[in-house]
Amino acid sequence: MALDLGVFCKSTLDGELVDHCFSAVFGLGQNADPSYLDWLLKAWGWTLAVAGLGLTIALILGAVMGTLRTLPNHGPFSRLLVRFSTAWVELFRNIPILVQVFLWYHVIPAFVVPLKALPSYWLVSIALGFFTSARIAEQVRAGIQALPSGQRMAATALGLTTAQSYRFIILPMALRIVIPPLTSESMNLIKNSSVAFAVSVPELTLFAMQAQEETSHGVEIYLAVTFLYALSAFVVNRVMAMIETKTRIPGFIAASNDAVVH
Amino acid sequence: MLSLDLSFYNWELFTNYILKGLLFSVQLTVIATAGGIIFGTFLALMRLSGKPSLVYPATFYVNTMRSIPLVMVILWFFLLIPLLIGRPIGADLSATITFIAFEAAFFSEIVRAGIQSVPKGQAYAAEALGMTYGQNMCFIVLPQAFRNMIPVFMTQTIILFQDTSLVYAIGAYDLLKGFEIAGKNYGRPIETYILAAFTYFIICFSLSKVVRKIHEKVAIIR
Repeated sequence: MALDLGVFCKSTLDGELVDHCFSAVFGLGQNADPSYLDWLLKAWGWTLAVAGLGLTIALILGAVMGTLRTLPNHGPFSRLLVRFSTAWVELFRNIPILVQVFLWYHVIPAFVVPLKALPSYWLVSIALGFFTSARIAEQVRAGIQALPSGQRMAATALGLTTAQSYRFIILPMALRIVIPPLTSESMNLIKNSSVAFAVSVPELTLFAMQAQEETSHGVEIYLAVTFLYALSAFVVNRVMAMIETKTRIPGFIAASNDAVVH
Repeated sequence: MLSLDLSFYNWELFTNYILKGLLFSVQLTVIATAGGIIFGTFLALMRLSGKPSLVYPATFYVNTMRSIPLVMVILWFFLLIPLLIGRPIGADLSATITFIAFEAAFFSEIVRAGIQSVPKGQAYAAEALGMTYGQNMCFIVLPQAFRNMIPVFMTQTIILFQDTSLVYAIGAYDLLKGFEIAGKNYGRPIETYILAAFTYFIICFSLSKVVRKIHEKVAIIR
């Protein structure tokens, strides 16, 4: 079974070879008709857009919800926040991502009319972001609870309020500890963004399904798409590793690394 | 504000549309868990064997499966199996094979961690008693490892049950598909999506409560 990569230089309209195969990549001139390579790269752009937006939502919401789950019991309001964030995590963790995407795409805009104005990739990003935020919240909570309880007590003894002790003592340490598990959650989010095909966002998986049917060169198409997914996840992995190194506190995190990595 | 009318959701609809999908999702989960644990154990033993000819293929397999989106794995198998055997196979069978192969990679990581959690002295003691490698694994190391892994296995199974909804990509008839078709035929897509979410939530949430209970029990005994 020989691979025929020439398929990427064919026009998506009539299946003939196009003039400039790498036009989209190197700016060597514009094709009259887009080639499969053009389409592939555009689809990659959609995947990155959906995943990037989703990741932003997931990190912010996940950090907030994870923090709220660890609030000390200081009266009814903090108890309410703890309960709310626990419900949040349970809700978004126990419904499959594909079902959540359908909910955001078909169901919720019927009740919240302004959402109808949003492009569909936004809705998928929101679904991905909320789904992943539940997982990130669990990691953040574990990171906060992994800190020695003396940290919190020392903050209280210094007269810091709850908000101050989170802002200046607990979160700066906990968020550094959770970078490795957050890396794998971010990579999962890129992989999960493939469910966007189900609501016709023109991203990599939808490209793979459609181009496979049109060209009958499924293996080459799938190889390219798989490679781009792996490459995207790898880049996220490297970026997170860079952030981990940049934010490292000399002498402190090194000690807890063993406990986290295993 | 739209009003919801769930009165159309009755026993007849359930048996006609939902039950078939639910049975397939459960069947897929059970088969993939059993197959995944068996093949995953072999993969883990290969990775821990220390022989390069076994370690590298197993590591490559696990890392590849873990770096590709599940939807793409489902599509790959659906494309490749007919190419290899020369005739088409149904979406159901293709999905089953895919999930066994995919879950094997994830379960192998759990088994590997489980084996490494058994104190080394256990394996040494078994060796000192004159046990072969097979006896050592079957009677000493794996039983203890599996016992430690039960909560993680069950958590992975819940994730697996959620992931079975992704067979949507090749059009297999699972729980989600059942709700979707019912919604189309009754003209009530919004209600059926909500019911689908509710059904998945009830199943996964109660299972995760059970896992938490088991986890506490295992933790106490240890």
